[in-house]
Amino acid sequence: MIEFDQITKHYGDTEVVSDVSLTVEPHTITVVVGTSGSGKTTLIRMVNRLVEPTSGVIRIDGEDNRSIPAFELRRRIGYAIQGHGLFPHRTVAQNIATVPILLGWGKARVKAKVEELLTLFQLDPSFFAERYPHELSGGQQQRVGVARALAAEPNLLLMDEPFGALDPIIRAKAQDDLLAIQKHFGTTIILVTHDMEEAFHLADRIAVMDKGEVLQYANPAEMLVRPATPFVEALIGASERPFRLLAIERAGDAVEPGAAEGTPIPASLSQRDALSQLLWSGRPALPVAAADGAILGKVSLEGLVKRAARPR
Amino acid sequence: MPSLATLLRLAALLVLLAFFLQPAWFEPLLRPLVQANAPAIYDRGNLFWLTMLHLRTVFVATLAAALVAVSLAILVTREAGAEFLPLSRSLVNIGQTFPPVAVLALAVPIFGFGEKPTLIALFLYGLLPIFENALTGLTTLPPAVMEAARGAGMTERQRLFKIELPLALPVILTGIRLSVVISLATATIGSTVAARTLGEVIIAGLQSNNLAFVLQGGLIVAVLAVLIHDALQGLERALAGRAHV
Amino acid sequence: MAIGTIEEKERSGLRLDKLGIIIAALAAYGAFLAPFATFKANRIVQGEAKAIWEALPTALGYGLLALVSLAAILAFVKSSVSVRVAAALATLVALCLLIGIAADSLTPPGSSYARVSPASGFWLLVFAFALLLADALTRLNPGPGVRVLLLVGILALLGAMLASGHWDGLSIMREYASRAASFRAEAGRHLTLALGSLAAAAAIGLPLGILCHRVDRLRAGVLGVLNAIQTIPSLALFGILIAPLGWIAAQVPGAAAIGIRGIGVAPAFVALFLYSLLPMVANTVVGLAGVPHAANDAARGLGMTDRQRLVAIEFPLAFPVILAGIRIVLVQNIGLATIAALIGGGGFGVFVFQGIGQTAMDLVLLGAVPTVVLAFVAAIVLDALVEATRGRGKVQ
Repeated sequence: MIEFDQITKHYGDTEVVSDVSLTVEPHTITVVVGTSGSGKTTLIRMVNRLVEPTSGVIRIDGEDNRSIPAFELRRRIGYAIQGHGLFPHRTVAQNIATVPILLGWGKARVKAKVEELLTLFQLDPSFFAERYPHELSGGQQQRVGVARALAAEPNLLLMDEPFGALDPIIRAKAQDDLLAIQKHFGTTIILVTHDMEEAFHLADRIAVMDKGEVLQYANPAEMLVRPATPFVEALIGASERPFRLLAIERAGDAVEPGAAEGTPIPASLSQRDALSQLLWSGRPALPVAAADGAILGKVSLEGLVKRAARPR
Repeated sequence: MPSLATLLRLAALLVLLAFFLQPAWFEPLLRPLVQANAPAIYDRGNLFWLTMLHLRTVFVATLAAALVAVSLAILVTREAGAEFLPLSRSLVNIGQTFPPVAVLALAVPIFGFGEKPTLIALFLYGLLPIFENALTGLTTLPPAVMEAARGAGMTERQRLFKIELPLALPVILTGIRLSVVISLATATIGSTVAARTLGEVIIAGLQSNNLAFVLQGGLIVAVLAVLIHDALQGLERALAGRAHV
Repeated sequence: MAIGTIEEKERSGLRLDKLGIIIAALAAYGAFLAPFATFKANRIVQGEAKAIWEALPTALGYGLLALVSLAAILAFVKSSVSVRVAAALATLVALCLLIGIAADSLTPPGSSYARVSPASGFWLLVFAFALLLADALTRLNPGPGVRVLLLVGILALLGAMLASGHWDGLSIMREYASRAASFRAEAGRHLTLALGSLAAAAAIGLPLGILCHRVDRLRAGVLGVLNAIQTIPSLALFGILIAPLGWIAAQVPGAAAIGIRGIGVAPAFVALFLYSLLPMVANTVVGLAGVPHAANDAARGLGMTDRQRLVAIEFPLAFPVILAGIRIVLVQNIGLATIAALIGGGGFGVFVFQGIGQTAMDLVLLGAVPTVVLAFVAAIVLDALVEATRGRGKVQ
């Protein structure tokens, strides 16, 4: 659990973060959204003390993060940034091993961890371990960057626009990977982005920041339904609201009894994508299949349209 | 299959070695350049030995210059030395306008004749390009990489030795290369203040109107400079190419 | 996102300047522990070191000590930049004035053999306050015009000092006095060598650079050859050229009449010219290659011929880089021209090498100081020009 307690940060006369208090639950993904200059990056850089707050306390599992030296704190917290920041003079394996080696792990343990992570990120260790970062594609570099952040098995992972430099297709894949990894390790993740789409896709809770203040801190559905300020509403985008609402729920949750014609939709697909398939197929309903292929029922246009309407 | 350029360099090295071992082979080539009865091959000392002394002088001066210049560059790029950064940039600019002969000439009254003023002049003159390049290397590191190093929990010392210096190394080597090439040529002037370098051969040639001596001294230095320059450049490329910095 | 490190530090209390600590230490050592001037009864005997209070009339001596101490304290504490400039300038002017007075007061009346020269303490003080001035000027970051004006001011001051005869008692000026005619002749030769070879290199190097830019196959070859020339030590290149030029003088009718000789100015001129070609050609190529593609495309699209494009678009845009090449060449030539003395080419090197031969420091200085000043002035003026043209031609 991470508690921000009345955190304020000044640079000279400008206040970049003003009196922010919020609590991040363990094993969840919290996304901090805001325009550039909103103070979101400064806020998470204070967690691993790359920036020291002017006033206020950040507690990690109840303990003030200033109770140990900054560099020790940082070794315990994963950190992934935009443009990956891989060390260009070190191989992929050496990059991933950075923090384990700083922590003094044994050789065998480091090697095993590097291989485990590369495999997990679908990068064949026998091929990628000895490559240099410049030999990798953008998407691969980004995955190595996240793998490096996770190498010392941190309970907490900070991510600063980690997918900002990726093209849309690779970005969507990287986001899905991140969700899978989070499920796998149960890591608490705080992620900063300016992309609302990304926030709704990943977040258990979203914090919207503007001019150094947190305007709203809520789960995605609640934020859609009850935006706290006109700014939050504008950021979500009025025309996007029904689709975002559908996007945060799975097709499996909208199953109605009965049969339908056509290619089955996977239950894990978002309701938004299900709607899209329905519209494209020109059918009023499509069957829904579980992961094992068993037909669970159907989703209908009518049903999804109801779900997209503003909840009362 | 080595490239043509590599073969040419190899050939140059072989010719140089042959010249040291069997100078008599080259006598017919140089003979037309001298008046009758004058020796065509330098006979007032061992050319190989002089070459080694020449290289030693350059090596010692460059090594000292590299150590001092890189340490200074590290100092002014730390937070504690940041105040000196702008001034050190201007000093490098000013320093590079000093002619090497002037540095040498001004070192003589302080350090006397011989090796010392030459070493001091080469050291001082060699400092500048190395310092300038080390400064460039250490101040133009990719910000994302530095941020990642801090975020990974490296201490300041670990960042310096594991990240900053290795990344700046190719640029620092470029500075060392420039400095070595300048020093190789400037060292010959050291012989005007009685330092034992290949300049002796050239000066002897100038004094006795023996063109063969001038040519020998000059070409040995030039070939050494080209070979050392290319070897260091190869090293830089290997380092930079692997890491793609 | 702002990354605050230095800004974060609290500003409070009396802050000491780190450079100021060094300057104050140098100044204290130079003023109190090192000799200010050296007195020799004649040119050859061992000199006697004189401290400030021994070398100067009492009032002036203690005045100088007070001024140096005050300026050092101003450097030591965090004072404003303009205060530091004023302190450094005042101390430097005082040092220049007082070294002349020291020479007059140490020299026994009527003696023409006695020699007084500045000693380590004087040089240390000059170095310390020049450092302070350089640091303050760096922080002020004046524009190119102001820098040139400042330079003109300092040169005028030095000129006035020289013309007034205030320094005539100093040994370097005594060396000058006995060689005034040859000094002027060598100065003329030095300038002819440095500027003449630059002009020749520009006349050949610019077209060659343009050609290299246009013809890819030529570029690597030409630059390779010019690079190789740079590795030949100047001493040797000067010497090697004696032979072909001697041959030309003997064989080509009329060559000797226009001054081509095996030794002397001609080989030095040719050597400097050859060294100058690389920076000229390389910078022309780099400058032309740096012309934005879009500008060239637009010029072509507007219907300019190749020649029009070169004159109206490429050359003006590449000019700052070419000028930077000229700066490199000029500073380099001024320094290298000293070597010409070794092959009878004249220039300030004559005094340097004569001085080294006679172990006469003052004679070395008579050659070295004008060379350094000349190189320095050339660098400042051309740097200012480069910056001015860059500022004007800024594309974005």
